[in-house]
Amino acid sequence: MADLRPAAGQAGHAGDPVLQTRGLSMVFGGLEALNNVDLEVGRDTITALIGPNGSGKTTFFNCITGIYRPTRGQVTLFPAGLPAIGLKGLAPDVITHHGLARTFQNIRLFNNLTVLENVLIGRHTRMKAGLWGALFRDRATRREEREAIGHSFELLVSYGLDHMANELAKNLPYGDQRRLEIVRALATEPRVLLLDEPAAGLNIGETSSLRDLITSIRERERVSILLIEHDMSLVMSVSRKIYVIDYGRLIAQGPPDEIRRDPKVIKAYLGEE
Amino acid sequence: MTNPSSSQKPGRAILAEIKAGLLASLWICLLAFPLMTLEINPSSHTISFSASRLPFLAGATFVLAILWRFFLRRRAFQGVSKAVLKSEGLPEGLIKGPKPTWLTVVMGSRFRYPVLAILLGFMALLPFVSPPYLVNVMVKALIYVSLGLGLNVVVGVSGLLNLGYVAFYAMGAYTYALLGQYLGLGFWVCLPLGALVATLMGLLLGFPVIRLSGDYLAIVTLSFGEITRLVLTNLDITRGPRGISNIRPAGFFGLDLNGPIKDFLVANLGVDKDMDINKILTYFIILGLVILTIICVFRLENSRLGRAWLAMREDEVACQAMGINKTRAKLTAFALGSTWAGLAGVVFASHLSFINPTIFSFMESIMILSIVVLGGMGSIPGVILGALVLIVLPEQLRAFSQYRMLIFGALMVLMMVFRPGGLIQSAREVYLHKLGGQDGPQGGPAGGAARIEALNGAGRPVEGDGRG
Amino acid sequence: MNFFLDLFMSGLTKGSIYALIALGYTMVYGIIALINFAHGEIYMIGAFTALLASMVLGSLGLSGWGLLLSVAAIAAVYSAMYGWTVERVAYKPLRGSSRLAPLISAIGMSIFLQNYVQLAQSPNFLVFPDLVPQIDFLAPVARYISRTQLVILLFTVFSMVGLTVFIKFTKMGMAMRAVAQDQTMARLAGVNIDKVISATFVIGSILAALGGVLIGCSMRQISFYIGFIAGMKAFTAAVLGGIGSIPGAVVGALILGFAESFAAGYVSSSYKDVVAFIILIIILIFRPEGIMGQAQTQKV
Repeated sequence: MADLRPAAGQAGHAGDPVLQTRGLSMVFGGLEALNNVDLEVGRDTITALIGPNGSGKTTFFNCITGIYRPTRGQVTLFPAGLPAIGLKGLAPDVITHHGLARTFQNIRLFNNLTVLENVLIGRHTRMKAGLWGALFRDRATRREEREAIGHSFELLVSYGLDHMANELAKNLPYGDQRRLEIVRALATEPRVLLLDEPAAGLNIGETSSLRDLITSIRERERVSILLIEHDMSLVMSVSRKIYVIDYGRLIAQGPPDEIRRDPKVIKAYLGEE
Repeated sequence: MTNPSSSQKPGRAILAEIKAGLLASLWICLLAFPLMTLEINPSSHTISFSASRLPFLAGATFVLAILWRFFLRRRAFQGVSKAVLKSEGLPEGLIKGPKPTWLTVVMGSRFRYPVLAILLGFMALLPFVSPPYLVNVMVKALIYVSLGLGLNVVVGVSGLLNLGYVAFYAMGAYTYALLGQYLGLGFWVCLPLGALVATLMGLLLGFPVIRLSGDYLAIVTLSFGEITRLVLTNLDITRGPRGISNIRPAGFFGLDLNGPIKDFLVANLGVDKDMDINKILTYFIILGLVILTIICVFRLENSRLGRAWLAMREDEVACQAMGINKTRAKLTAFALGSTWAGLAGVVFASHLSFINPTIFSFMESIMILSIVVLGGMGSIPGVILGALVLIVLPEQLRAFSQYRMLIFGALMVLMMVFRPGGLIQSAREVYLHKLGGQDGPQGGPAGGAARIEALNGAGRPVEGDGRG
Repeated sequence: MNFFLDLFMSGLTKGSIYALIALGYTMVYGIIALINFAHGEIYMIGAFTALLASMVLGSLGLSGWGLLLSVAAIAAVYSAMYGWTVERVAYKPLRGSSRLAPLISAIGMSIFLQNYVQLAQSPNFLVFPDLVPQIDFLAPVARYISRTQLVILLFTVFSMVGLTVFIKFTKMGMAMRAVAQDQTMARLAGVNIDKVISATFVIGSILAALGGVLIGCSMRQISFYIGFIAGMKAFTAAVLGGIGSIPGAVVGALILGFAESFAAGYVSSSYKDVVAFIILIIILIFRPEGIMGQAQTQKV
């Protein structure tokens, strides 16, 4: 397996890894859900992780976002111009603070809060006010609050949700809920955005607007994207590099055209002959 | 799509309802048969039978069962229609946002401050014109309002079920009682001390147990409440079950309120001559505490911290993924709720002048929880209404007092099934923004094409370019 | 030594009764992940039904083992009916709602039942008749084990064996285990979830009712409030053993019974109720999955 580790001091160029896992393994009571996964997300690119159901994709997300503590291996973030950060063993909220944001396979919005509040909560980690600020509303807190609301509105305007800013999240149509979840993740100002099957449950039209959304996010925000997806046409059309996982192991990696023809991938998806 | 038998023959549907109602009432009578018809005479150790209560029970169950089925079906239908709307991808205009209520309309209009001022004036005048017993009832109700609002931060806003809330209330009350008794400290010194003790106990308990999942937290807090009560009953320093009496009322710059001041008030302001003026002072203290609480809770709810609590209530996993430190947020909510219980406890002890452990039983926790649940979890006006309904109403309807807890229990079940948001559902803050305006400072940190302005206040979006 | 033996026996019998109640908590939690706060009240209703039944049947001339067994049977049937109804009214309409709603509903139900019995019967303690007949062969060892204690142990052992057989070998028992493991899969495999949940409440209630009869026989007095305390302790036992685990509930209950009994004997009886609560808090802090439970992984 080719070692794609960058030489030190090169961080900052497009294509260099911004997120990297080395030998990532997760064992659940004897069952190896992930086995030595080495994966890299290139800076300012869209990388995809695909695999059949139950192959370990979501477990991988849970491992790098701190919901599970990986049994073995390293997760490293390379922020541009800053020293690398080891993410293994950190709490989920700390990892988000360092610049990883995610969406969930089954949408997890704050249903009884408004659309704007959902995005505002995404700003949490970039804000400072604590108990004191909340109770006394000093100038710094008021300014911070104003800025956060402004920033959130801008995001909603950019991604076409501002007309529903004061609706409860649960009242949104399904496609918009998916969109809101992505916008909420963007509000945390991530370096890497992790999308867990964003096209699940969307119809063809919605999937196509999701494709536009993903490409426009990559162009507009300086963010790298790691995408887990089932929808092959979506994955093939947006991502620069694809990793394929089966039974917790990487079985292939490469650009979309190679992956499409790889016999191992075809076998994993279609089963043994 | 619709069931042909029910749409074509409404008579049959009604018959089915009646049948269901009869079955339910038969079943409930069967359940109630031994417990409600057989009565034991403990002295003679004999048993007597009387079915006189059954017909009433059967009738009531029949009506209730039909209502129950009706509302349950309506609830189910509402859920379906929304889901259908979503799946059909209908324009979002068809999906209703939060409906404006009379409350949000008034509070969003320019009459907000006049209305509040009138309300405040009324509350301030009340003790001077009302009989002493009413002042007592109001003090009691206001104590429960502040308890309810405190618990609301924990249960309603943060979603942490605290069933031992009364323990922190007891901490406040006993802090004042003991410090007053043994060290002669006064009310105003003990008020912050009581709050401090309750907060520290909240932190002490919260620190280890806060990472437990929701239902475990409920049980641990329940246990903690019981332990507190048992310890208070068994300690010598608290005088065990006899409790502490002769707790002094709050002082007012060392003046004797029932002396010349009282004569003046009675002569000139028409105050009832049987009134204990200390009670009027207590009334104003607790009123002030309630107002302070409302301001604090309102500010918290619409702050970074309050939103973290709400996020935690809605979804613990997603809230962490947003960078919220779950443990710290929970602990803050838990301890802050305890602070308010402590404050209310000190006022309570000074009001009643006598406390013992039985006052702080589990049922008291349930009482406060009922206020929050009935009024509306997370809703400030809801909790106030809940406290007034649950405290003032039973005072007026003393004949029903023995049924009070029975009704509370039933209410909690019914509210959860049919109206989990409570009487006054919590309304979320509405934020406004304008595009392409010209004045005012730039809102967002990164200047974009959109000009954005945010307004606070529970108002509805207003058209036009004038600034609110 | 005799003092120790006395404490041991009283701990064992107490633990047995806790076990009977704890099973209901643990089974319901295993199936629908809900703390059934009203479960203690079902036990209390079992005790009250037994008291009423014993007086009616006693005045009809029934006595001895026949009386004890029929009283237990009637209490079991009634408690089962109550348990079923409670689930139907307070929990079933709340499936799929927020996590807090069923908990609050459960507390409401508990308060309601407590006050219902208080109003329908009595706010005071009522004397419970001595239902356990003389057991002649026990005479030589009577100073070590009383006839009531023997009956409690026998009832408990029979119930445990019955429950184990039911869960291991009947179709419904299998369905229960399936639902506890994975509700979605069980439904896909054709298991009627509603039926399984109802059955769980019914079985838990039957066991609790037996506990109610036995506590009446051993304490010789009951009140509307006994369900609350016993419920708390049984819940502690279930958590101690690992909630969701059936053998765990029994082990936890026995440990709790002994702890309480010895604490009352050697430390101070006025704090004996505190012991259970302190054990609960310590267990939840240091080993929330309990002695025989498994750590849960979060599903995302």
